[in-house]
Amino acid sequence: MAEIVKKATRQSYGEALAELGAQNENIVVLDADLAKATKTEIFQKKFPERFIDCGIAEADMMGIAAGLASCGKIPFASSFAMFAAGRAFEQIRNSIGYPHLNVKIGATHAGISVGEDGATHQCCEDIALMRSIPGMVILNPADDVEAKAAVRAAAEHEGPVYLRFGRLPVPVINDEATYKFEIGKGVTLAQGNDITIIATGLMVERALAAAKELKEQHHVSARVINIHTIKPIDREIIVKAAKETGKLITVEEHNVIGGLGDAVCSVVCEECPTQVIKMGVQDTFGCSGPALELLEVFGLGVSHIVRTVLDNL
Amino acid sequence: MNEQMEHTLRQKACQVRMGVIEGVYHAKSGHPGGSLSIADLLTYLYFQEMKVSPEDPKAAGRDRFVLSKGHCAPVLYSVLALKGFFPQEELSHLRHVGALLQGHPDMKHIPGVDMSTGSLGQGISAACGMALNAKLSKEDYRVYTVLGDGEIQEGQVWEASMFAAHHKLDNLCVIVDNNGLQIDGRVDDICSPGDIAQKFRAFGFHVISIDGHDFSQIEAAFAQARQTKGMPSAIIAKTIKGKDVSFMEDNGAWHGTAPNAEQYEIAMNDLKAVQEALEGPQA
Repeated sequence: MAEIVKKATRQSYGEALAELGAQNENIVVLDADLAKATKTEIFQKKFPERFIDCGIAEADMMGIAAGLASCGKIPFASSFAMFAAGRAFEQIRNSIGYPHLNVKIGATHAGISVGEDGATHQCCEDIALMRSIPGMVILNPADDVEAKAAVRAAAEHEGPVYLRFGRLPVPVINDEATYKFEIGKGVTLAQGNDITIIATGLMVERALAAAKELKEQHHVSARVINIHTIKPIDREIIVKAAKETGKLITVEEHNVIGGLGDAVCSVVCEECPTQVIKMGVQDTFGCSGPALELLEVFGLGVSHIVRTVLDNL
Repeated sequence: MNEQMEHTLRQKACQVRMGVIEGVYHAKSGHPGGSLSIADLLTYLYFQEMKVSPEDPKAAGRDRFVLSKGHCAPVLYSVLALKGFFPQEELSHLRHVGALLQGHPDMKHIPGVDMSTGSLGQGISAACGMALNAKLSKEDYRVYTVLGDGEIQEGQVWEASMFAAHHKLDNLCVIVDNNGLQIDGRVDDICSPGDIAQKFRAFGFHVISIDGHDFSQIEAAFAQARQTKGMPSAIIAKTIKGKDVSFMEDNGAWHGTAPNAEQYEIAMNDLKAVQEALEGPQA
């Protein structure tokens, strides 16, 4: 059996930026003193003249990105999700969202898998915040292949995009040679008729593992859908699954309030009322600990998904 | 500055002030006080200083203007209308449903508006981004931004100031409208910034303090800012809130209040008197 390759999507972000920088001279990258952690330093080393470290001033960084975008640049403004979506929310809303400027926000260290730094740095509210801004596209890739594709798609998209990346190295589940990424299109990764698991980000790989276990050990056929674009969400794939399999289980490394689960709920409650069980961080703050342990503590392990499916059949 | 030029600018500034009153009166809301205090500065910027053209409002090499104190949109709109970016009559539809002119500057729809602003402290960051873009792209346009003296209480202003000095944005000119009043009272009573000139100097700016209603001083300040290399400039303009409207001058109550019909008449008469006084010696 081939060894599982793992990579953090923040690493993919930095690598993709460096590739894009060679292709498009309008791409500029901004950071707020976290280039080593967000991995924008990979871009910085290749294109120092197009890398702007704004210092520890996220609000200012978003405004600078807006000004650059108004002059035709394609800025990728980078920080941890907490300080990008959280601290600079209003700058994103008013200086980027309202004028619909072509700024890409690269938010790394999202979710509780930040790990040891604990609750102040574990942003589980960013999707909710960004969903509420009109015209904002939200991409939450599952692995290295998808993260790089998402960065490329964001650069081609005209308008603001929020990209969500993780700190924790996660298994690569997509095949680079064949993978096609389209903003707004969900991906069915496993067919199934008994129930549907809709996952996003690093929970996609866990959902797939759960589906495999359900099939092999419990003879349950669970469909797995990867929603990499939280907004605009793929309504069609969700409604189809609801009609064909009944119950939906959403799984995300984000507060169950305002994230993928709520986005799915709002689709099905309008189009085909269906029960949705929302797995995620249950409206609590995180805590310190190793990332993999925390995912178990917060009920986001493979076994939790399996149990939730079995309990809801 | 020669007398003829000064005379022309004063006439234009008076027309700009009338446009402010017209707009705010018809909107039944808005911010006349701080609009009137920067009418002379904006008139000078748009009719003397900046390379902008109503025929090509988005020309790549144009100078940029960001009204960081976005609530003073009425004066920006009035000067843009006078310059020909859109018809003067739009001013009387200000803040109406479906109208072109939003309560705060909207770059997506209003010709001549370079940045959407309104949330204080944010415009100066965008202006830094525009100035940085000129450096990155080796273009020679300049960027101007007007801040309120109350606005500089926002921390983001100082984040941006640090950035501007660090990146030697000598194509950036910050103008502080030092009218001394904010919504809740005198700036020095609410949360005083202390010596504003000293603060910007400490942050690495070339600082020029002027009377914001004296066109000769305004001209000299912008010329000095243009000649300053290696650092951004800050013009601290001492102004009178509500300038040239008798009952609004230096009166904080007119920060965000629209005149009623009677007050509108008085305000317009005040401005007509200024206009007539200017026409007198010319006639």
